[in-house]
Amino acid sequence: MALLEVEHLRIEFPTRRGTLVAVDDVSFALAEGEVLGVVGESGAGKSLTGNAIIGLLEPPGRIAAGEIRLSGRRIDNLPYEEMRKIRGKQIGAVFQDPLTSLNPLYSVGQQLIETIQTHTDLTPTQARTRAIELLAEVGIPGAERRVDHYPHQFSGGMRQRVVIALAICVNPRLIIADEPTTALDVSIQAQIIALLKRLCRDHGTAIMLITHDMGVIAETADRVAVMYAGRVAEIGPVRSVIKEARHPYSHGLMGSIPKISDSKDRLEQIEGSMPRLTEIPAGCAFNPRCPQVFDRCRVERPDLMDAGDTRASCWLYAHG
Amino acid sequence: MAEMNAPLVRVAGLSRYFDVSAPWLNRVLDGQPRLILKAVDGLDFEINRGETLALVGESGCGKSTVARLVVGLYRPSAGSIVFDGVDMAGLGGRAEMAPIRRRLQMIFQDPFASLNPRWRVSAIVSEPIRAFRLLDDERLIVERVGQLLRQVGLSPVDGEKYPHEFSGGQRQRISIARALSSQPEFLVCDEPTSALDVSVQAQILNLMKDLQRQLGLTYLFISHNLAVVRHIADRVGVMYLGRLAELGPAKTLFQLPRHPYTRMLLDTIPDLEMTGRQRTPVAGEVPNPINPPTGCAFHPRCPFANDRCRSERPEAKLNDTGSTTACHAVEEGRLPAGPLPQAA
Repeated sequence: MALLEVEHLRIEFPTRRGTLVAVDDVSFALAEGEVLGVVGESGAGKSLTGNAIIGLLEPPGRIAAGEIRLSGRRIDNLPYEEMRKIRGKQIGAVFQDPLTSLNPLYSVGQQLIETIQTHTDLTPTQARTRAIELLAEVGIPGAERRVDHYPHQFSGGMRQRVVIALAICVNPRLIIADEPTTALDVSIQAQIIALLKRLCRDHGTAIMLITHDMGVIAETADRVAVMYAGRVAEIGPVRSVIKEARHPYSHGLMGSIPKISDSKDRLEQIEGSMPRLTEIPAGCAFNPRCPQVFDRCRVERPDLMDAGDTRASCWLYAHG
Repeated sequence: MAEMNAPLVRVAGLSRYFDVSAPWLNRVLDGQPRLILKAVDGLDFEINRGETLALVGESGCGKSTVARLVVGLYRPSAGSIVFDGVDMAGLGGRAEMAPIRRRLQMIFQDPFASLNPRWRVSAIVSEPIRAFRLLDDERLIVERVGQLLRQVGLSPVDGEKYPHEFSGGQRQRISIARALSSQPEFLVCDEPTSALDVSVQAQILNLMKDLQRQLGLTYLFISHNLAVVRHIADRVGVMYLGRLAELGPAKTLFQLPRHPYTRMLLDTIPDLEMTGRQRTPVAGEVPNPINPPTGCAFHPRCPFANDRCRSERPEAKLNDTGSTTACHAVEEGRLPAGPLPQAA
């Protein structure tokens, strides 16, 4: 059984001018110890999907349809207090900006100890020992001393390590990492990626890695889901999606990324930009920008279908 | 005008220090010393006509300060910036700067912050034309704005709209149209695509390359993204703590990086080709620029550092690959040419 199953998830924002559908019919599953990358441009709905899973969807956004199951148990309709117990204990979260994830008025030790004691029966002394172990595990030098420092005394990369320590402190089975390296410099980014990979390997934690940086996904993820205008355009093994993306959008996206290894004179470019939520076209949302568009794309919305090694929501792969 | 073969921009010994000391009273009462942040410390480079020089580095390395120095938003603490034969540091007031200002323009990172939200696009784009009195006739100005908007891939009717009606990529196109409206020769671009999604970034980079070819523009391109730099630059300078670690043609720099810091950077960027590759992340972080390490600023993170690196600051030396490198180990030949061994 998959660790996390998301089925037909739909997230809506009621507004005065009607209901906006930000995430529409998104389904995927995540196995134990697997790293699923979720890529897409701003507004594609990737962060909303992550927030829905940890139950931190901000009102007026709401789950309008679909189910989210963790180890077979439905978690999208739980009362607040019950979700709070799952969050932290079974699902950890790492966000983009480590400064906003940490309370500036408490030392990192206090924050770790509080989280540990909320979810386990450890005594304060044991919790402190565990906090120091965790800081050492995420690669903070001099953990015994650093445990009493405040967030502002850490650099950006070190803060993100503290956030990761917070996320893993009670051994969750799933970590939702939303742009964990975006605010960091490349050399620090590499350290954080290596850390996440190691944690995943050592503890068997599954990671849902949400990022716009395809390079980070290429190095870290086992599978990748490409999102466009609130839907999954393509999902499949990371190598297949990068090397031979089937959906015209993911194919264009890969071509538009500048690469160190080859210097083309021009980058491939997808004309236009992603539609606003108020103006999502009928049929396939990508059809106005698609170089291979045909009549069916303009009227009928494609669901995910088998396309080589991956699954793509594109009529090019419709059989029969 | 100086002869055409001479570099358009020649920067020598460029430095900019910021005083980050505590207020005077605190210094006196607590006996704190003055603190000087050397954001840019002795930079030398040239930019030839029609070429793109990119400066890369991590946050805090001083690359944006260089951009601001070159366009005259900051005054250098030391050194000279010679633009087409005129030393800009020697120019007195606004009046003396004006003829040069027209010829160099800047594009900023955040297209949401760099456009006035209360102005129509046509007013934004035509402002430099009016400020420099390039055209008098209102009809000609409208025509010119329409032409500029078309040139950056927008439509002349977009001039009637306000910036909030555009997406990030379109706003960056408006910034480019505004920069081009004074017919500059030299554009300083400070992270022009960092706030954009990759597919939009590709559109803007392609546009910038096309415009460079059509108009013979010279770019100083500031970025933290090595892959973007690889794509757009003819020559690349790698900055570390206010100094140039390495400067050379893009191709050589990416294929045969000499400076250990350049190698480390190239080794750490996640690339699509690296699927499943085990990287060896380099330990350590950029030190505090207020109190940089002695000698070579990179020595605490460098696997090749020896006593000389810790005490003596390396000068930039031309090496056999045609790039200049500021590194004792490269100069002494004790650096293997192959891949970087794992840092301790």
